[in-house]
Amino acid sequence: MPPEINPIHASPHIRHGSNVGQPLTRRDGVLKVTGAAPYAADNHPAGMLYAVLAVSSIARGRVTFLDVDAAKAHAGVVDVMTTANRPPLAEDPDAKTNPFMFRFEALQNDLVRYANQPIAVVIAETLEAATEGAALLAPRYDAEPARTGLDSTESFVPAAVRLISPPEVRVGDVEAGLAAASTRIDATYETPAQYHNAMEPHAIVAAWEGDTLSIDMPTQGLALTQARIAGLFGLSPKSVQIRSPFLGGGFGSKGLLSGPTVLGILAARLVGRPVKLVLRRDQMYGPVGHRPPTRQRLRLGMDAEGRLTALSHHLKTVTSTFDDFVEPAAEASHALYASPAIATTHEVSRIDMGTPLFMRAPGEAPGSAALEIAIDEAAWACRMDPLDFRLKNYAEVEPISGKPFSSKALRECYAEGAARFGWSGRPLAPAQMRDDAGFLVGWGIGTATFPAIMFQAEARAVLRGDGTGLVETSAADMGQGAWTAFAQLAADSLGLAIDQVEFRAGTSDLPDAGIAGGSAHTATAGAAIHAAGSDAIARLAEMATSDERSPLFGGGNAGVLARDGRLFRRDDESRSESYVDILARAGLAEIEGRGKSAPDQVAREAYAMHAHGAVFAEVKVDTDLGQARVTRLVGAFAAGRIVNPRLVRSQYYGGMIWGVSFALHEHAIVDRRSGRILNADLAEYHIPVNADVPSLEALLIEEHDPYVNALGIKGVGEIGITGTVGAIANAVWHATGIRARRFPIRIEDIAIPPGDRPT
Amino acid sequence: MKVFDYARPRTIAEAIAAAAEPGSVYLAAGTNLLDLMKGGIARPDRVVDVTRLPGLDRIERLPDGGIRIGALVRNADLAQDPDFARTYPAVAEALLSGASAQLRNAATVGGNLLQRTRCGYFHDVASACNKRNPGSGCAARDGENRLHAVLGWSEACIATHPSDFCVPLVALDAVVEIEGRSGRREIALEDLHRLPGHTPELESALEPGDLIVAIRLPAEAAAFSAHARYLKLRERTSYAFAVVSAAAALDIEGGRIRQARIALGGVAPKPWRARAAEDVLTGSAADESGFRRAAAAALADARPSGDNAFKIELAKRIVLRALALAAAGTPEQLPALPASSFSSVPGAHHAA
Amino acid sequence: MSFSISLTVNGERRNVELQDPRTTLLDLLREHLRLTGTKKGCDRGQCGACTVLVDGRRINSCLALALSHDGADVLTIEGVADSADLHPVQAAFIAHDGFQCGFCTPGQIMSAIGLIQEGQTGDDPERVREGMSGNLCRCGAYRGITEAVLDARKSLAQAERRDAA
Repeated sequence: MPPEINPIHASPHIRHGSNVGQPLTRRDGVLKVTGAAPYAADNHPAGMLYAVLAVSSIARGRVTFLDVDAAKAHAGVVDVMTTANRPPLAEDPDAKTNPFMFRFEALQNDLVRYANQPIAVVIAETLEAATEGAALLAPRYDAEPARTGLDSTESFVPAAVRLISPPEVRVGDVEAGLAAASTRIDATYETPAQYHNAMEPHAIVAAWEGDTLSIDMPTQGLALTQARIAGLFGLSPKSVQIRSPFLGGGFGSKGLLSGPTVLGILAARLVGRPVKLVLRRDQMYGPVGHRPPTRQRLRLGMDAEGRLTALSHHLKTVTSTFDDFVEPAAEASHALYASPAIATTHEVSRIDMGTPLFMRAPGEAPGSAALEIAIDEAAWACRMDPLDFRLKNYAEVEPISGKPFSSKALRECYAEGAARFGWSGRPLAPAQMRDDAGFLVGWGIGTATFPAIMFQAEARAVLRGDGTGLVETSAADMGQGAWTAFAQLAADSLGLAIDQVEFRAGTSDLPDAGIAGGSAHTATAGAAIHAAGSDAIARLAEMATSDERSPLFGGGNAGVLARDGRLFRRDDESRSESYVDILARAGLAEIEGRGKSAPDQVAREAYAMHAHGAVFAEVKVDTDLGQARVTRLVGAFAAGRIVNPRLVRSQYYGGMIWGVSFALHEHAIVDRRSGRILNADLAEYHIPVNADVPSLEALLIEEHDPYVNALGIKGVGEIGITGTVGAIANAVWHATGIRARRFPIRIEDIAIPPGDRPT
Repeated sequence: MKVFDYARPRTIAEAIAAAAEPGSVYLAAGTNLLDLMKGGIARPDRVVDVTRLPGLDRIERLPDGGIRIGALVRNADLAQDPDFARTYPAVAEALLSGASAQLRNAATVGGNLLQRTRCGYFHDVASACNKRNPGSGCAARDGENRLHAVLGWSEACIATHPSDFCVPLVALDAVVEIEGRSGRREIALEDLHRLPGHTPELESALEPGDLIVAIRLPAEAAAFSAHARYLKLRERTSYAFAVVSAAAALDIEGGRIRQARIALGGVAPKPWRARAAEDVLTGSAADESGFRRAAAAALADARPSGDNAFKIELAKRIVLRALALAAAGTPEQLPALPASSFSSVPGAHHAA
Repeated sequence: MSFSISLTVNGERRNVELQDPRTTLLDLLREHLRLTGTKKGCDRGQCGACTVLVDGRRINSCLALALSHDGADVLTIEGVADSADLHPVQAAFIAHDGFQCGFCTPGQIMSAIGLIQEGQTGDDPERVREGMSGNLCRCGAYRGITEAVLDARKSLAQAERRDAA
């Protein structure tokens, strides 16, 4: 039994719903559709020079020669930065004092640790000159044999996965559970290396003024990045000003400081002028993170009724030779299916590739992909409908911990999603449905889940004498709609109409909003905004209720409601006063409030906190030619309070399209010998095009969660991928009887499968 | 890219003189050339811009019933020309299945013919490539070669030709008109592209300075308009190169095939005319057993050049399917997804 | 080496002294004319973020040599709105949430304007999707994009009929 936890109530005098919950169009919409929204590379300070990276063409060894003379001789080249002349750093880029610091290349030595590693920077008057200068360096190397692929080096059990989580977690006795099972599944699945490929390449415009640094760069974590840069350059954080009002996508690759960013700053230091450094698309494959390949073995045991008796999820993956990021895919088996025995284990080996990094649903995406197919294999082995099998094994408490869920509307997701999709009447056996054109049709399901994480944040709110408000925090909008959702929360926290509220974000001089990642930004910064607004209102209320001249006198702070720019007595709403009047009488131009947010550790100890969903996919397959198309996708998701259904729906769509991409399209092609990526571009590295997604639907399932945080918000940015990959793979099986064992599912896997096709 | 001389000749004679100098290349739209220059694969000393040369951008019906397409006609304009699309529907379908609308709007007919392979090692300047660097070796041979050639390859090179447009053109006996230092000449499109043999760096029959001025389709090519399709397998629904593709065109009378034209894409260093398959079908019934024999004949000499044996099987199947679709009749309206197996619009004559 | 070229950009004649033959139309717009609305996503004609209209047609400006486009009429995202009013395509993108991070959006909008002018899609969503497939969106705003294009096409067609009447 959990201890008595009082559900967190919103501050009594704030009423939600006037802005929060409204499907407002994006506040940054006009800027974006007119091309006026400034991204980092759009900046052009006076005197600016262009910097272009030269990157290694070997994966392992040393740079022995760079033809700096040839580069400098090229008209327009101003300087070349190498290990020989790069300005000093106050910290070693290879220092690692905590698991969240990643080692990167800032020309600290001539070692090459992966292909596409930065090895020099050319700075020139024009982009064309800098680009050609980088090519003219014609590096020479002492190359060593590259170790690539999952099996090229010896593996070991890592100290941690996802930086700080345990690599092995066990509950119950899996081997006994498997032995006692009447049906068993033992299946292995492989997922490839994937690259974030935000549409906006990483970029930085850096300008030094004495010992202050002014930076335009896309970053998902302004304060964190500011602190790291300050440390690296021996500056106080205040001397580092970062502007990141708009990110052209992040997906995890723009969260932590990367080598190219630091090199841009160093280049500006070297030449004493502002510098713009933008990665070429091919340079996005290596120095800014990726999702590593995995091989996952799932073993499931079921009793005669189809209930799980054991679930074992083992992951093998890779990290770089010089740093640790272990994709925690096996954790996907912790929270969804009620098995009395669960074992999740990880092993990792080191290869000559860039260090992997958080990539949209890190661990959850590949782990869910494998788990959802294994669950379907189990359902088929028991001759049960895959939805029925999932319901049979529905977890009422979190399986790995035994904790109750803070909220879990997954049954409703299953039910409403299935109804909307038209799941009933699905034949159990594969290859039973054809459409009028003769294509085989398959229907598949996957369960979606994502932990409801919370970080820490701060915000500041101001009520002004003219009746308007200001709320500010260093939030990052990478497309999820922070500019809009936070403005809605800010307006509600201040009891003002949204057009009366100025919301400032995207610069490092603002209170720390935490990192936009882990699907936690809205909850984290939103809670801080809410707290700051509440604080400002509380101070205003205190002034009014203790002032004899106010209609609110004697009302008591907690007996006051804030709405439409007025405070009302709860017990008698005819007694009210406007903020303007309260401030005017007090002779104040404005009143300020501050707020913080942090995870409620007590609640988190007591409850398991996850968002959930159910994804249904229809796939049409031309088995002769190996072509599969996802003709319908329906996702029903429950994620607590929805701040803006329009924005949330778009996040679900985006996540589901990432799921289509994972299932059918994207993968990095690595040359085994050189370690170079052969499709380091957007032509042969396939993300879905518009024609790949003919029909997409997201149902927002109502869910109230009084424990997850003050606002009841869970995250929605990453959950859309989970469940979708499995649903599509399961639909392909349902259409053809062909079981996917590796992703992406390829033409030849469907057209010429290894003997799995039913006659 | 390195700095280059830029020339913009006003006449064909000026153009040829400028381009005949070593280290010179022609620039039309640049959708392939600029890509290669940015990638460091092409490093010309001089770029000869032919986009203002007069008289090369017309589509002309010829008195003999054939059609001449100027080399500077944009891909999109050709595909949308109603007369052209109606008469040569497989060519229009192939054009519209290639690249993206933006690229089709810019790219020229001449440029499409001369586009270079998509082989990942050709595009990776650090890799050994006998095309880029004769004698250095072929990194694809023992590398990632899932998408490489199964016909016409050699130990020196296993790359494929990526054009969609060229495939039905070759099937329909297109002719290339060239102006060069020794005057005007013409060659069959089928002879324009060379097999790699020991000299993969020699990709075409063009001499220094040769300028493609037009493509011609003979009058006979119009006989197939009622039964002509192009079909393309790719790894996403649109905006992707062919894994394998096929153009199939049939002249059918009274249920019997008077003549067949078949060509394959994505399988060889040049668009692959399948004459043996055509011979199988001449005079035979337009039925599945005939199509199967034709497909087998088309790939009879195919051999995997690496991890790509599956392409041989897929190529057979796509020939079979393309023949079946052609036999069913050219759709009245071009499908929403050109050349896709997900578009099987039954119908009569094609119209743009 | 210096080249004098002249282009019309968003209705305004611009005379440019190009010092470098290598400059693409994209970099001319962004770095020389400081029209940064057009974005560079890949610089290799593979993503469509750099789409502009040249002489009325949508093309990838990253694969267009500026020198070769001497005399061209160029329309960029900055030239699309009618002073205070958004173009119907722009308004439709907002109404249908046809964007998230916004980086591909100028290219999507220019491509949509070009697609509608090409007049090949009618009301067929499949043709619109195919026609817009040269514009990648990693955020996955495709559903909103397609709806926006269909909506704008319809309202532009209606406006045209009204004007013709």
